[in-house]
Amino acid sequence: MSSTTELLKTPLYDWHASHGGRMVDFAGWSMPVQYTSIIDEHNATRNAVGMFDVSHMGRFYFADPTACELLNGLTTRRVWPMEAGKIRYSLMTRDDGGVLDDVLVYHLADPSGKAFCFMVVNASNREKILGWLRQHGDLEKFGFEDRTTATAMIAVQGPRALATVDPLCGTAPSSLKYYHGMMTEVCGTTAIVSRTGYTGEDGCELTVPGDKAVEVWQTILDKCSGDGGSAVGLAARDTLRLEAGMPLYGHELSERINPAQADVKFAINIKDREFPGRAAIVAARKDDSLPRRIGLEMEGKRPAREHSLIYRGDEQVGEVTSGTFSPTFQKPIAMGYVKPEHTDVGTELEIDVRGKRLAARVCRLPFYDRD
Amino acid sequence: MNQADLLYAPSHEWVHVAEENGSKVATIGITDFAVEQLTDLVYMELPEVGATVAAGDEFGEVESVKAVSSLYSPVDGEVIEVNTSLPDNLEILGSDAFGEGWIAKVKLSSEDALSKLLDYEAYQKQCAEEG
Repeated sequence: MSSTTELLKTPLYDWHASHGGRMVDFAGWSMPVQYTSIIDEHNATRNAVGMFDVSHMGRFYFADPTACELLNGLTTRRVWPMEAGKIRYSLMTRDDGGVLDDVLVYHLADPSGKAFCFMVVNASNREKILGWLRQHGDLEKFGFEDRTTATAMIAVQGPRALATVDPLCGTAPSSLKYYHGMMTEVCGTTAIVSRTGYTGEDGCELTVPGDKAVEVWQTILDKCSGDGGSAVGLAARDTLRLEAGMPLYGHELSERINPAQADVKFAINIKDREFPGRAAIVAARKDDSLPRRIGLEMEGKRPAREHSLIYRGDEQVGEVTSGTFSPTFQKPIAMGYVKPEHTDVGTELEIDVRGKRLAARVCRLPFYDRD
Repeated sequence: MNQADLLYAPSHEWVHVAEENGSKVATIGITDFAVEQLTDLVYMELPEVGATVAAGDEFGEVESVKAVSSLYSPVDGEVIEVNTSLPDNLEILGSDAFGEGWIAKVKLSSEDALSKLLDYEAYQKQCAEEG
């Protein structure tokens, strides 16, 4: 790893480094890619509890909840009006429909009942989205604070995640509905708690003050580590989200991709709304020349990787955007974009993996569904 | 194999040279350090029997959940045998990288490349710097 600029460190950096975390540069942050084995960390999350430091994600706080109204003018999905307590996944797009980022918008209330707006963006897009927001509104008017470096964000995911965290909280996270959030005490400190995640498992994400991060992290880990729980690095986070069919910015989503191509219909509300990119999305929905996102499963053990080309016969029909060996299914899986005529489930395709054509079949997303 | 008697490439292949039927034959594998660094191995593409290789040529690959890594021939010669049971039993690399986990045998056409390989001590030093 070489870098000319100093990497950012999360409040848990020292913990990772002293617990076998292999630290790598990820979007300008020094992050643990794995602690032990990727497969073990993956399976810990599927079978028990996985704990993830996701403090590198950008976290924007707005004291005035009507900031959601400003954001609603920029998101593909309606985030205002939105009841306090709710969180929505959405995209932000340019006028030409190119995806700037995928984000979570929160409308929550603090312990005194005062509402606020919160937003989580990808680490790699934090500066870009901040600039985009500033272009469209006076953020200071909404009591804006970039809380990325002052706080830590910890994801606790897996079938036993909520049972682990519940007793440590003032109000149990299991009392929240999926994609809802609240502020409550976690290990004695006030935290933003949301029933969200990026693994395909149930669980929660906790945003805590940076100086409490190690204490919260260690307390939760101590509670679940005897029961199959584990710290999990970015590598297993990627295999988990891929199995769950979730797009990753920079791979399945980018400025060159229109949301209409990305199989994220649930995150697009067109009716009675205006936002940058709306017209481009409407047009792209009708455009049969644009590649669409699909899932692919393969035989054998050899995974296709990002940028591998997809063929039907001699014709190149698409490209892989993410691929790995699935620890859960014990076979290679991938996501990619192919021409619309090749997207039917069961379609037999081929992927060029470093000069060899390997069979691949279009399959339903997600690969993994916990229900 | 006794690790202290082997030669090592900076790209983490090990080499053991012995006489076989009047020729010098190099047995080649990857080190336990490499296996530990890669973790989660899922696939191996063995070198091709009969192929002529030069030191530094890519002659196979090993793939983990996270990424693919090339295998480089540390010697000059012809591939005469490969460990065909290895790709379906990659866990052998975790338990016996220097023995049962051998990858290929190459009949040497020249011994020149051997002098460029590291001895045990120099290789250990390299690993300490990388680890």
